[in-house]
Amino acid sequence: MIRKITLSAIAALGLASPALAAGGGGHVHDFKFSFEGPFGSYDQMQLQRGLQIYTEVCAACHGLKYVPLRTLGDEGGPHLPDDQVRAYSEFYEVFDAEIDDFRPAKPTDHFPDSALENAPDLSMMAKARAGFHGPYGLGINQFFRGMGGPEYIATLLSSYEDPPACAPEDFEGFYNTAFTAGGIPDECKDDHGHSKVEGSWIAMAPPLEDDLIEFADHAPADVEAMSQDVAAFLMWAAEPKMNARKEAGFVAVVFLVVLSVLLYLTNKSIWAAIKHRKGPDA
Amino acid sequence: MSHADDHEGTRRDFLYYATGGASAVAVGAAVWPLANQMNPSADVQALASIRVDVSELEPGAQLTVKWLGKPVFIRRRTEDEIAEANAVDVSALPDPDARNANIAEGAEATDANRALDENGEWLVQMGVCTHLGCVPLGDAQGNTGEFGGWFCPCHGSHYDTAGRIRKGPAPENLPVPPARFDGDDLILG
Amino acid sequence: MAGIPHDHYEPKTGAETWLHRRLPIVGLMYDTLMIPTPKNLNWMWIWGIVLTFCLVLQIATGIVLAMHYTPHVDMAFASIEHIMRNVNGGDMLRYVHMNGASLFFLAVYAHIFRGLYYGSYKEPREITWIIGILIFVLMMGTAFMGYVLPWGQMSFWGATVITGLFGAIPFIGEPIQTWLLGGPAVDNATLNRFFSLHYLLPFVIAALVAVHIWAFHTTGNNNPTGVEVRRGSKEEAEKDTVPFWPYYVIKDVFALVVILAVFFAIVGFMPNYLGHPDNYIEANPLSTPAHIVPEWYFLPFYAILRAFTGEVWVVQIASFFTGGIIDAKFFGVLAMFGAIAVMALTPWLDTSSVRSGKYRPLFKWWFWLLVIDFVVLTWLGAQPAEEPYATFALIASAYWFAYFLVILPLLGVMEKPLPQPETIEEDFDAHYPVESDDASSAPAE
Repeated sequence: MIRKITLSAIAALGLASPALAAGGGGHVHDFKFSFEGPFGSYDQMQLQRGLQIYTEVCAACHGLKYVPLRTLGDEGGPHLPDDQVRAYSEFYEVFDAEIDDFRPAKPTDHFPDSALENAPDLSMMAKARAGFHGPYGLGINQFFRGMGGPEYIATLLSSYEDPPACAPEDFEGFYNTAFTAGGIPDECKDDHGHSKVEGSWIAMAPPLEDDLIEFADHAPADVEAMSQDVAAFLMWAAEPKMNARKEAGFVAVVFLVVLSVLLYLTNKSIWAAIKHRKGPDA
Repeated sequence: MSHADDHEGTRRDFLYYATGGASAVAVGAAVWPLANQMNPSADVQALASIRVDVSELEPGAQLTVKWLGKPVFIRRRTEDEIAEANAVDVSALPDPDARNANIAEGAEATDANRALDENGEWLVQMGVCTHLGCVPLGDAQGNTGEFGGWFCPCHGSHYDTAGRIRKGPAPENLPVPPARFDGDDLILG
Repeated sequence: MAGIPHDHYEPKTGAETWLHRRLPIVGLMYDTLMIPTPKNLNWMWIWGIVLTFCLVLQIATGIVLAMHYTPHVDMAFASIEHIMRNVNGGDMLRYVHMNGASLFFLAVYAHIFRGLYYGSYKEPREITWIIGILIFVLMMGTAFMGYVLPWGQMSFWGATVITGLFGAIPFIGEPIQTWLLGGPAVDNATLNRFFSLHYLLPFVIAALVAVHIWAFHTTGNNNPTGVEVRRGSKEEAEKDTVPFWPYYVIKDVFALVVILAVFFAIVGFMPNYLGHPDNYIEANPLSTPAHIVPEWYFLPFYAILRAFTGEVWVVQIASFFTGGIIDAKFFGVLAMFGAIAVMALTPWLDTSSVRSGKYRPLFKWWFWLLVIDFVVLTWLGAQPAEEPYATFALIASAYWFAYFLVILPLLGVMEKPLPQPETIEEDFDAHYPVESDDASSAPAE
């Protein structure tokens, strides 16, 4: 399922400009993910596709250092069989302090760190970005649509466009309409220093292109579909226990509602003698 | 007291018992995670079973690996070592118990019951002296004791080529941990 | 003995007498649980139990989280992820602890505003009130230090900004700031002491809660009418009160369970809604997040802190008369702490002879404006420090102080209060009149 590819070719795409901070502000498309809502859960096949995209594309520069490799076999996640988890782990090299040397990773190890200085670790990226804001700073959008971390990632990955006419040829980075934290050439700003274009320039080269990857389940491999797959995978990486948490939350809420009904009736019953007194001789 | 009052009283009692019972369940459900979090976490549990690639090990060579924080000796024995171990009279051993977690408890300490495979080539045992927990020396350290196996330097316990205690203060044979082969890999635990 | 007259614990068996002579603990528990409580308390009197529950919840989850957390700058962030990914139920424990802080503050604000409306701070409950404000201040300190522990970007920069407030104190500010941080900047020493204090302060709060309860058990609870329980005799008192157990315990627990159902919906389905995404990025002393926002429960006071800039005439006057010692930065700090200090002074600022806001027609308007003001300040605290928010914040902050320092003292003199009931019993009977015993009801005994 997982093919090894030459990482160095992709690593060459990375640019050496300063790391860019949290996004937000640009238009984020509200993709529909399977894990949304109180009863949504991860789509195992989508996570496996996302893992494949992560491995073949993102892993060249980015890391997932807080994610233990063994969790790829966990239920509710990509749920790979044990032997595939082992085979996948050996794909990475990790430093072992005990032998003071590098060795192939084992399932008990974590994914490696980022390979590039300016490529942030992606372990919690889907929780470290908010795609939706407002209105008026009230957070109501997040209440109804979720924080929007995976939506932000998917939008970002599918929002590379040809630079606008105002930009000089040699301006560093790649024009992305969803990324707002990057540089903008002075030529594209008005007299007050405000940008006239949507988005900004990002250091990361467009990582995806149509049919870059062939999926075992023959799922579509256009940029938008792959963006969603890898965003879903990163959401799982950030929140691996989401399915279990929602189940626990649901059970807790149902139980507490039942308990509250019982307590309501009990309360009514014990107060009845105080509130509904009989007159002595009415 | 009239019948109607009695009836109402029973219903009220039932309500109170149901509320009390449900509250008790709620308290229990709240306390359980507070206790359960002290059990070994997922990363610790994942280390309970390890895989060791033993394909490179030649006869007469030994690998020491750490498992559950303790050393495990994995030895691929030579024909001579096996023969030597088989020649011992089991009834005369200080500890006649095989101490092998992979077979029935209380089995005899024959060499076949100690070794992991049918040929008797593989001997896997904890590298912890059963006396007071030192790590015994072996041929890698140039000291195999009087019986060609292992020697514990702390209080002079001698183990034979099947890891059985032969002489010295140690009370038991070196225990064989749960282990099995999966292709080239040996799985401990 | 102080307090409302009521039955006391009488040991019955020999063992009970034996224990009671040596340690009257059963009697103490009995008196606490069976305390006569006004029988007309409404649903705003549930917050005390909710708050007690929150304190227990935070201490219990906090102690178990501390078993897995590592207070070191290199490992703190990773140890939180260890809790989230590896520890049995660790993600739930942490999310409950995180959101538990929000529930705690929601409840304390409801509790405080209830006290402000019904005049619970007024004579003879001043000490209860001041202890309460003290608890609130300690809660803020505890929550602030707890927020630093995950060592995310907001943790680090929040700590930097807030400890920077102390640097604004003239002359001694900088040494105090350095002393607080254990160095020139927020670093490992800071993280370690914050962890230690975050663990300690909840127990100080618990002790103060005991004093808080002791104080109002001595004065008796306030109630929606503000009319005191009659204390002439036990029989008289019993007409105004019911024992705390089971009447209010069951009522309060019912309310608590309803609140917890909502709480667990948030924990289960949207546990990060009240948090900030930036805190899932490990602290980086070299890069400040674009927009530093404290947790929602600090926002009203954060808005007051930021409202007083150098352009405000009050600040300029203060600066002029103190020869620049009180600059805009220090003024902001004084305003923020002053906003809490004026609350503590309420018992003496409110000159009205009537306790409950229910019988104060003018007061009601100003009170509800204060509630709106508080909500607006919360919203403004999250907005960028630019126009028109800055002006709004200034107006809202000014009203906060005006309410306590001008409106409350004046209202007491100018307002003509409505008639109050003579007794709690009278108020209660008005709500729940004695029912006529006709044939349709259950047969008599």
